[in-house]
Amino acid sequence: MNMENIRPGDLEWRCQKCGGNLEPAMVTVEYLGNEFTTELPRCPRCGLVMISESLALGKMAEVEQILEDK
Amino acid sequence: MDQKQLRELESRCIEENPPWCAAACPLHVDARALCGRVAGGDWVGAWKVLLRTMPLPGVLGRICDAPCRERCKRGQAGEAIAINQLERACVMHATPARPRAILPARRERAAVLGSGLAGLTAAWDLVRKGFQVTLHEPDATLAAGLQERYAKQVPPEVFAAELALLTGSGVRVELNAPLYEDNFLERCLAEGGAVFLSLDALDPEPWPLERDTKGRIAVPSPAQTTARKGVFAGGLEHGDSPVWQAAQGRWGATSIDRYLQGVSPTAGREKDGPYETRLFTSLEGVEPLPMVPVGPEGYDDATAAQEAGRCLQCHCLECVKVCPYLESFGAYPKKYAREIYNNQSIVMGARQANKLINSCSLCGLCEAVCPEDFPMQTLCLATRQEMVTKGKMPPSAHEFALLDMEFSLGERFRLARHQPEHQTSARLFFPGCQLAASAPGQVRRVYQHLCTSLPGGVGLMLACCGAPAHWAGQEAKSREVVQDWLKDWRGLGSPQVIMACSSCRDIFRTYLPEVEQVFLWEMLRETGLEIEQAPGAPLAIHDPCTTRHDPQAQATMRAVLGEAGVELEELRLGRELTECCGYGGLMANANPELAKEVITRRGGQSPRDFLAYCAVCRDRLAAVGKRALHALDLYFPEPGSDDPAARPSPGWSERRENRARLKDELLRDLWKEEPPAMEAHREIALLITPEVAGLLEQRRILIDDLQRVIHHAERSGDKLTHPDSGHFLASFRPYKATFWVEYSPAQDGFQVHNAYSHRMTIKAGGRP
Repeated sequence: MNMENIRPGDLEWRCQKCGGNLEPAMVTVEYLGNEFTTELPRCPRCGLVMISESLALGKMAEVEQILEDK
Repeated sequence: MDQKQLRELESRCIEENPPWCAAACPLHVDARALCGRVAGGDWVGAWKVLLRTMPLPGVLGRICDAPCRERCKRGQAGEAIAINQLERACVMHATPARPRAILPARRERAAVLGSGLAGLTAAWDLVRKGFQVTLHEPDATLAAGLQERYAKQVPPEVFAAELALLTGSGVRVELNAPLYEDNFLERCLAEGGAVFLSLDALDPEPWPLERDTKGRIAVPSPAQTTARKGVFAGGLEHGDSPVWQAAQGRWGATSIDRYLQGVSPTAGREKDGPYETRLFTSLEGVEPLPMVPVGPEGYDDATAAQEAGRCLQCHCLECVKVCPYLESFGAYPKKYAREIYNNQSIVMGARQANKLINSCSLCGLCEAVCPEDFPMQTLCLATRQEMVTKGKMPPSAHEFALLDMEFSLGERFRLARHQPEHQTSARLFFPGCQLAASAPGQVRRVYQHLCTSLPGGVGLMLACCGAPAHWAGQEAKSREVVQDWLKDWRGLGSPQVIMACSSCRDIFRTYLPEVEQVFLWEMLRETGLEIEQAPGAPLAIHDPCTTRHDPQAQATMRAVLGEAGVELEELRLGRELTECCGYGGLMANANPELAKEVITRRGGQSPRDFLAYCAVCRDRLAAVGKRALHALDLYFPEPGSDDPAARPSPGWSERRENRARLKDELLRDLWKEEPPAMEAHREIALLITPEVAGLLEQRRILIDDLQRVIHHAERSGDKLTHPDSGHFLASFRPYKATFWVEYSPAQDGFQVHNAYSHRMTIKAGGRP
């Protein structure tokens, strides 16, 4: 699954705990036993990952639906 | 469902049965399709329809005697369609190019004796089946008798063209053949193959074949066999009907094919000739129309289209006509049964019918209107149960409703008590979950009324009957729910149960037939009730779909309201034909767009205010802007509410809050008990604009979900912050979904700017 899911605005968010900007990183996500590795905004220090609204309601929802019907 | 059950089910849907015209035609010409093409001006398409079944269409299309007209459904509303005139108009049009059928040639021979319509048709069909066909004609010209007889209708050049098609496709013609000489038949048989006698063009006397009592050659139809092996005949029955003569030629050709392949000439031929179709076509609302007049020249294009436009285009589709769900998937139950069967048989790949299976409201209207009782709801429910058992139910399909059910079964709503200051209960009030979710004040007022009007103590139980689990196909869960209910009920001494909700009643009839139940309105009728002010105008009464098989409940409602002077308007689809509001079967969960369309259409059936007696029906009507009352609004009005029909539908969060508050207040006020302690996250105050509230509603995100996210974020510090807006963004996964909330601190709480959810989880490379 290539989600092409980082929009420029996403990287403006900062980690409240660590104080730094989010950076693109390879993250593995899972649903119903299926795993995908994709680039997501992440805090380089504590690893907190952001999933944006457009990703959650767009590509991610679409893939979830496909997997549910498999 | 196995193959056999599928077939049995499929056969109950009659939509694919042929129309009366095609079933009545000896050749099964599809006159319905013909009319459709002609009405649309598609003359090439009309020709193609004829070519599918009609031999020598240039000839037969001009002389067909249309025995189908007697059965034409239009004949019951005006006059039968002039099908033969439409055929004629069609074949008078320039003939489209007819590609010659290329069939693998076979070595078997067939001899056709005589060129009447039976013989010509037999030759026409046999050569298309690949036989070596010889047409033996005793005269010097082919089909001389026919040409003479139909000289007025069929010009010589048309005859010549059709016969040329016959010879062009490979039929060898022997003119001046010595048919009546001794042994001609024997010689044909000796050459191998089979023989067909076109008795409509031959002298019937000389043939050495067994006769019936009237002295005619005995030829049973549709086998067209004679007593002689290998000799077939036709063309004599049904007077001079050209279409019957042609049909007998066709059946003879089929029998010859079977004979040469060693197959029984009679087995499975019930539908060779006219037969009864099982199709049903309603004439409700069909205006009678006479036939479009026709002159000796026949119809022109415009009048033919007009006449064809009178065709009813007979279909059944009774269920599809009344069910937006069946309509929205573009087919009809027979097709759906097959799609569902295939869906369940898939080993790898996408299950494309999941949405079809989960969108049905299980309301049973299809079965109620179907001439053959096809139960789409039984099929969908059984399939859901199978999907759940096999672990193939999409987790998101029903989750929201099942969580709502868990809420009703949990500590914040569940309650079972004797009436205050009573040790026993003669009766028990069980309002169900959604009346409490919609109008908690009414539950309380009804309960107080029952307590003061009935002797022996009226207990109260707040819970859910398990309908959502039942509808979701979660059979084990629904049994568990009713067993738990049963325990509480027995704990109260198994009293008679006064039920307000028709869905609960339905569930109890199925799962707990041993529980004695009485409909709230029957009880209210006994206790005596008055309406302070009857509505000024009639109300359109909407029966909940779960009363479809409960005519007593429907009658009770009408009686109670009638006694109170409330005027009612009956909807076109009411009582046993009532429609679901889109909540039943969890349609609104699996297919919210469709559920919205369903209730919008329902609300459009009358301009009057609706009167419902199911809280969900009322709320769903209100949610699409239809003015609607619950019957309880008339008897137990909300203090200070002067227009209950305009009461908005509470949102998802409010529905929970209403239930929880009802329990808290009843415990405090009636039983003098302290309600359960509030969980920490629920103390977080939120500010939500109407725009954000609308978004939450549409995304089915609860205030409770938001509170959990913010509670978690504020405690753990796991949140993102935006340098420009200063907003926070945080997530939390309280159950099988992760919720994200964008928020900012506000006075005494938090302002919510946005929220969304997803189901995927972060597995590696980061943390939530």
